[in-house]
Amino acid sequence: MEVTKNTANPQEPAYVQFEGFSKEESQELSKAGVLIGTLEQVKAWARSNSLWPLTFATACCGIEMMGTGAAHYDLDRFGIIFRASPRQADCIIIAGTITKKMAPILKRLYDQMPEPKWVVAMGSCATAGGPYVRAYSVVKGADQIIPVDVYIPGCPPSPPALIYGLNKLQEKIRLEAKGKKVR
Amino acid sequence: MAIRTEELLMNIGPQHPSTHGVLRVVVKVDGEIIVDAEPVVGYLHRGTEKLAEDLQYTQIIPYTDRLDYLASMINNHAIVGAVEKAMDLEVPERAEHLRVIVAELQRIASHLVFFGTYLLDLGAMSPFLYVFAEREKIIDLFNRLCGARLTFNYMRVGGVKWDTPEGWVEEAKQFVQHLKKQMDMYHELVTGNEIFLNRVKGIGKFDTETAINFAMSGINLRSTGFNWDLRKNKPYSIYDRFDFDVVVGENGDCYDRYMCHLKEIEQSLRIVEQALDQIPEGPVMGKVPKILRVPAGEYYSAVEGARGELGVYIVSEGKDKPYRLKFRRPSFVNLQLLPKLLVGQSMSNLIAILGAVDIVLGEVDA
Ligand code: SF4
Repeated sequence: MEVTKNTANPQEPAYVQFEGFSKEESQELSKAGVLIGTLEQVKAWARSNSLWPLTFATACCGIEMMGTGAAHYDLDRFGIIFRASPRQADCIIIAGTITKKMAPILKRLYDQMPEPKWVVAMGSCATAGGPYVRAYSVVKGADQIIPVDVYIPGCPPSPPALIYGLNKLQEKIRLEAKGKKVR
Repeated sequence: MAIRTEELLMNIGPQHPSTHGVLRVVVKVDGEIIVDAEPVVGYLHRGTEKLAEDLQYTQIIPYTDRLDYLASMINNHAIVGAVEKAMDLEVPERAEHLRVIVAELQRIASHLVFFGTYLLDLGAMSPFLYVFAEREKIIDLFNRLCGARLTFNYMRVGGVKWDTPEGWVEEAKQFVQHLKKQMDMYHELVTGNEIFLNRVKGIGKFDTETAINFAMSGINLRSTGFNWDLRKNKPYSIYDRFDFDVVVGENGDCYDRYMCHLKEIEQSLRIVEQALDQIPEGPVMGKVPKILRVPAGEYYSAVEGARGELGVYIVSEGKDKPYRLKFRRPSFVNLQLLPKLLVGQSMSNLIAILGAVDIVLGEVDA
């Protein structure tokens, strides 16, 4: 849903141009406080604004994730609240190195999460193995185990980068509900 | 008629918010009482020591950042100190001071995280928010110094990489004054709290003999009343020039460990204050050869890490890469006592005891 402003005549109030409706109809609907969307879009809007990620901090990146969640950067303002149980989570932020010993557990946690679910790979370790790519015990990226939606580079990514990545995920959720393919 | 009971096997972790990472503890419980406990480590084994065999000494420094990621600066100090000792290198005065300042600030940051997360484990949310705001200030100081927030890679063999930016020393001084005031508030917030005291006093007790037999070090050892701090007992760098006290506990319970952490923050503040006042002008990098070759032989040197004696053992064949590099990781050693501490305790004390031992999984598994 995009709010359109009439730049030629700033006095005219802003309105939302709905698909399949003329300008006048859209204006009238907006004036009456009516919004039209598919149920999917409404659900996606709600979901994207209340992402509950699982606390899956395996290594150093987890500290930055904690830092982002704490007072200074405050993820709560995006509706992002950390949950400790996969049953209550709908998003998993993989913050840290995934070792071969950890990989089956990551898969199991992912399977335990209810649909719909999204995955954020935070840091170069979760993206592609990072500095430990040559180590014998490290999985070269979380996407070898589970599908990843958003990759955030950095070692560790700074909190603003994590917030940006999460915003991108919210955007993706909303766009996908409109039937757009996001990669 | 007696009620029939069964022993139950329970998994804590590896994905558990209170295991500070990916530790897994397999406990056998009889009702609420733990009868057997076994920590399972290795979920974060990244093969640092093996990787180091293939890297030049300067290239190893960033990997030490990621060992104990709450105290990266101290890890840096350990490895560069070990190489310097082995090669007999001189470090400029200013660099030594900077090292002490950042190492102590890092110790404060690490202990603050302990304070926050320990209380979070015990069910108090707000200290966590307070300390992370405080820690953020230290991280900002480091960020201005070396451009990283967590994995600093700041020290080099022979000195440090960057000199302070303009106004840094003043900012650091202001921060020290600020935190001094904050500490009183933390004590008021938490230390006298009845619920908190009930959960930690007399819990997870061990004596000096046990601690020494298990080769424990750091606060875990000092909390039992044994005065052992490498900064005093085997002074490295320039620690012998500063006036500070070694904090020791009495009973070796969780409460003592908690108090030691908080008091150590105050002592570290004292060191930082003195170092900031004394810091001389001059270069921050000494004369070092382009390629570092440690003469053949075996070397050990240790620093007082945030969690205990952090040692680096180098076996060299005279090449630019170590033949074998071993880290003595205090978290791993301190963890060994855990099964003994847990047996006989109730399930709800598990987290309180585990939290007070203060482990970092990056260091346990390396
Ligand atoms: S990406 Fe870097 S900071 Fe993050 S877990 Fe890996 S090594 Fe640690």
